Amino acid sequence: MRKLSVIAFVLFLPLLLLTLIQLNDTLNDPGVTVYNYVKKADRNMTPSVDHTQFEILKQDFEDAHKVTAACLSCHTNRHEEIMATSHWLWQRNEVLEGRGVIPLGKKNILNNFCIGIAGSEATCTRCHIGYGWVDQSFDFEEPTNIDCLVCHDKTGTYQKEKGNGGYPKASVDLNYVSTHVGSPGRDNCGVCHFWGGGGNNVKHGDLEISLLDCSLEVDVHMATEGENMSCVDCHVTEKHVMAGKLYALSSENKSRASCEQCHTNKPHNDKILDDHNIRVACQTCHIPVYAKVNDTKMYWDWSSAGELDEHGEPFHEPDVDGNHKYMSIKGTFIWANHVIPEYYWFNGIADHQLITDQIDTIPVQMNTLLGSYRDKGLLQESEQPSKIWPVKVHRGKQIYDMVNNTLVQPKLWDKEKGKNAFWLDFDWDASVKEGMAYLEIPYSGEYGFVETEMYWPLNHMVSPASQSLKCIDCHTRNNSRLANLDDFYLPGRDNNWQIEASGIALIVLSIIGVIIHTFFRIIFRRRCFLRNKFEGGNES
Amino acid sequence: MKKIYLYKGFERFWHWTQAFLIFFLMLTGFEIHGSYHLIGYENAVRWHDDAGWALLILMVFASFWHMTTGEWKQYIPTAKNLRAQMEYYLTGIFRNAPHPTGKRILSKLNPIQRLVYFALTIIVIPVMIISGFMYLYFNYPLQGLALDSLQPIALIHTIGAYILITFVIIHLYLITTGHTIWSNLVAMITGWETMEEEEAEIAVEGVIESTTKHYVKTLNGDKKKKDKKKKTEE
Repeated sequence: MRKLSVIAFVLFLPLLLLTLIQLNDTLNDPGVTVYNYVKKADRNMTPSVDHTQFEILKQDFEDAHKVTAACLSCHTNRHEEIMATSHWLWQRNEVLEGRGVIPLGKKNILNNFCIGIAGSEATCTRCHIGYGWVDQSFDFEEPTNIDCLVCHDKTGTYQKEKGNGGYPKASVDLNYVSTHVGSPGRDNCGVCHFWGGGGNNVKHGDLEISLLDCSLEVDVHMATEGENMSCVDCHVTEKHVMAGKLYALSSENKSRASCEQCHTNKPHNDKILDDHNIRVACQTCHIPVYAKVNDTKMYWDWSSAGELDEHGEPFHEPDVDGNHKYMSIKGTFIWANHVIPEYYWFNGIADHQLITDQIDTIPVQMNTLLGSYRDKGLLQESEQPSKIWPVKVHRGKQIYDMVNNTLVQPKLWDKEKGKNAFWLDFDWDASVKEGMAYLEIPYSGEYGFVETEMYWPLNHMVSPASQSLKCIDCHTRNNSRLANLDDFYLPGRDNNWQIEASGIALIVLSIIGVIIHTFFRIIFRRRCFLRNKFEGGNES
Repeated sequence: MKKIYLYKGFERFWHWTQAFLIFFLMLTGFEIHGSYHLIGYENAVRWHDDAGWALLILMVFASFWHMTTGEWKQYIPTAKNLRAQMEYYLTGIFRNAPHPTGKRILSKLNPIQRLVYFALTIIVIPVMIISGFMYLYFNYPLQGLALDSLQPIALIHTIGAYILITFVIIHLYLITTGHTIWSNLVAMITGWETMEEEEAEIAVEGVIESTTKHYVKTLNGDKKKKDKKKKTEE
């Protein structure tokens, strides 16, 4: 009996020890702690002033410029802040690795959606915070060209007109809007950032109208039932300069909005999970899928654009979900929802395929995200190691110059036919000639279509912690989320086949050896098994 | 027949705790390795880490015990009888030939055991513990002491794991080659191994004569007396 209890104790002790350690870990979970953020409940949300009482706003504004003038008469010199921002300039000076400082932005960069704004400004600038940008003659120095209302409208009635360089619709009551202004909400930002690329959720995949009123499952931060956060709660704004930017347009690792600014880089109260943050972005585990409500565009093939119906008119066809499958003006699309991101190493620095750059990879990388496992931040300007990021990759086929081997800018839009706008005249050659002449860049006259890829690191639609990725989503041999990120050893996913084969062979051989040895012991000399049952004591 | 006290209390505690931990580390380790799904990846990682710590602590105590008691000398490899021992396992055992190496209190291990345990103690276990803790604490390639890549550490740790499994299989088999299938196992559990009179005489060789009585029990009734005597002594 005593022996048994000793054995039980000996076996039980380590188990007990382990259980205690484990228990200790689980008891230390205090929930989510955030910094640099005041909860909605603890904030005074009442506006500081009542704009309806200001005399200067009690007028029937002749035009939108007059509203801006009225704003600036009290908010003096705010225009200087605005005019320095990328929201106004649609470009900023950015260093491109190995290429020096280049002004980059919507003004001049190409994408694989509507390609670029050049020549079609009047329609694209419906999303510009200004009035009257219809061509290169726009005056970026005129303060009353600023559109204050598109960001500060709190009535939800302010709308810009299509194809009119950013002016509001004639139906907008400027007096009503100008007296009901305040800090931008999700609807203000969303009117452009949700609808980029010509439709809801076309571009980002994680920014779309469902976020205006969503559940915690869709986005823990913006959920109506939760903190109901506005964009500027994270995209902290100082003097009209908003933190955070998009790698579709920028290239440097600076002025980024980050999870860490509120959650710190050790938010889990668990060493193993916190350590992951050294090489894994928060977004990777916490945004397991994107386009959680409405579809996002995954593929855009321009090469099929231009087909016309029997009357010579453009047409469009919906797919089973009601999204455009084909449009004469734009080509063929593929849409998807609940998309699993693709994963890339990213150190915060991106390169861009400029209109003047030679095409050297196919698919053309519109905005290469730089980084690798070996990039530990020592040789890069980021000073941070590359992390694994979830990315929406938008693939497409778009027009390029087959002789000069560069991407090209076709003119897409105009008010009327006969001005070489592709969307009206459906003549690729003429529209590219027009667009390239507008930019004063040579075009050979030989065009083709080339495959392209564009990368959209995901940041929004953060899921509740309970729905974030589990270890096994990546640390597994089959269907690992990181299956394509094969430049490093990932436990649970990777092994060395020579070692596996030798190891298993070793085990199998030893088992075979044991079996054979046992067999011989039985066959040759049963006595060696049960020695003392036989005569016994014939050996020492 | 006599019983000889071969394995002391701590020795047995150390052996069985280590056996449990190695088995447990194996089970969780190969789940982390991706070989199967058993208790869940996260659980496997956390238990494996904790068990690794437990093994390290046990090793510190075991080393201390071996050093202070002088038991470490039992692991020094010897070529004497090495060949004979191999021949015994390959042929002699089938002929019911005698064990070439008698078990002694001061030299429990046969030459093959000495060699294998020495290699485990000096190479395999330290390599597993060191690579294991490097796996734990320097797994994110950064600056300084951090590793350039996790891969070599992971591969070394895997090789060690396969060697240990092989050891365990063969070890478990060879313990059945004692007097009876169970005599070695019983000895490691109770500390007492049953032996023939002549074997017992060899076993106590070198033990200081006045202490011999603590190590030897005569079977057939003497055992009970001895137990009672022991109790009164206590």
